[in-house]
Amino acid sequence: MKHQTPYNRVAGLGSAREGSRHWWLQRLSSVALIPLSFPFVWIVGSNLGHSREQVIAAFANPVVAISTILFLIVGFHHLQQGLQVVIEDYVHTRRLAMTLFILNIIICWTFGVTGIFAVAQMSFGLAN
Amino acid sequence: MVELTLPKNSRLQAGKVWPKPKHSSKLREFRVYRWNPDDDENPRVDTYYIDTQDCGPMILDGLIKIKSEIDPTLTFRRSCREGICGSCAMNINGGNTLACTKGMSEVKGPVRVYPLPHLAVIKDLVADLTHFYSQHASVMPWLETKSNTPQSEWLQSADDRRHLDGLYECVMCACCSASCPSYWWNSDRYLGPAALLHAYRWLIDSRDENTGERLDDLEDPFKLYRCHTILNCADTCPKGLNPAKAIAEIKKKILERNV
Repeated sequence: MKHQTPYNRVAGLGSAREGSRHWWLQRLSSVALIPLSFPFVWIVGSNLGHSREQVIAAFANPVVAISTILFLIVGFHHLQQGLQVVIEDYVHTRRLAMTLFILNIIICWTFGVTGIFAVAQMSFGLAN
Repeated sequence: MVELTLPKNSRLQAGKVWPKPKHSSKLREFRVYRWNPDDDENPRVDTYYIDTQDCGPMILDGLIKIKSEIDPTLTFRRSCREGICGSCAMNINGGNTLACTKGMSEVKGPVRVYPLPHLAVIKDLVADLTHFYSQHASVMPWLETKSNTPQSEWLQSADDRRHLDGLYECVMCACCSASCPSYWWNSDRYLGPAALLHAYRWLIDSRDENTGERLDDLEDPFKLYRCHTILNCADTCPKGLNPAKAIAEIKKKILERNV
């Protein structure tokens, strides 16, 4: 056990002088997701049960493609930031926390980029 | 990791049921958490019965009666008995509050008294507040100035003074911090609602000249941003204050210099 004064224990390594950007972007993205969710749900819902060709044709419309891509960017960014907070809150083993931070970034980026790539492929008529 | 069960040596066991007083018509049952650091026993919950016709109306009155008439080994902090010193903060029927301002009539069934949650227990109802007080000290809860000290006093307008209402009344009882899940999981790094309320009290003091440095020291993912506006602090504060609002104001102030 380390021998520290109680004040020293609180002071720790000092302030990170960071955190407001994360907090602000998380709030901005949550507000942005409200209007972005409606077209996304509508696009997915209206394409349910359609054939592959019909879906590809729907994404040829730039409004559909752009609003989906925006939803994916903002949504996965928000997800990554939110999960990071959950890990910070609940995981107190340094090594496990670092592993989860890195996995979180890799998984969110991979899913997000894959989604954007799929939409772009359909939109540019390269999906056939 | 978060612990969802109590460690083995903290698990509660059945305690002693103390005899009922004779010749009394109005009894009130108290179930009180007991733990003694000097024996190797696990904590237990003792049951006491007090005669409410011969006792004050508050829960602290009941505890004092138990200590003076039934069991002198029961240990708890108390001083002013009117909600101004903050000593008798404890968990009563599931909520953190001051035993001196909580009436027995406000509680249904047996009065269940435990120490403040998620703090180390020193004995019985006495929680260790060393870390809590250090966190308070770390926000520099005093006036910091850089201008030359005036001949008479640092002036403050009545309007500026009003900004401190709802903040200066805090008695540092620790009810809020001990009710906050973020503080439970991360009290080693998160300052907690009480310390942050005090930080804000000095941030908006019109006489203080250290605002920038204060904000620098607070801007930290753990010290400040562990607050997820759960609002247990505002819900439990026995003085009716709103630490969550003070924390939100700190976040807004930090944002103000960035955006």
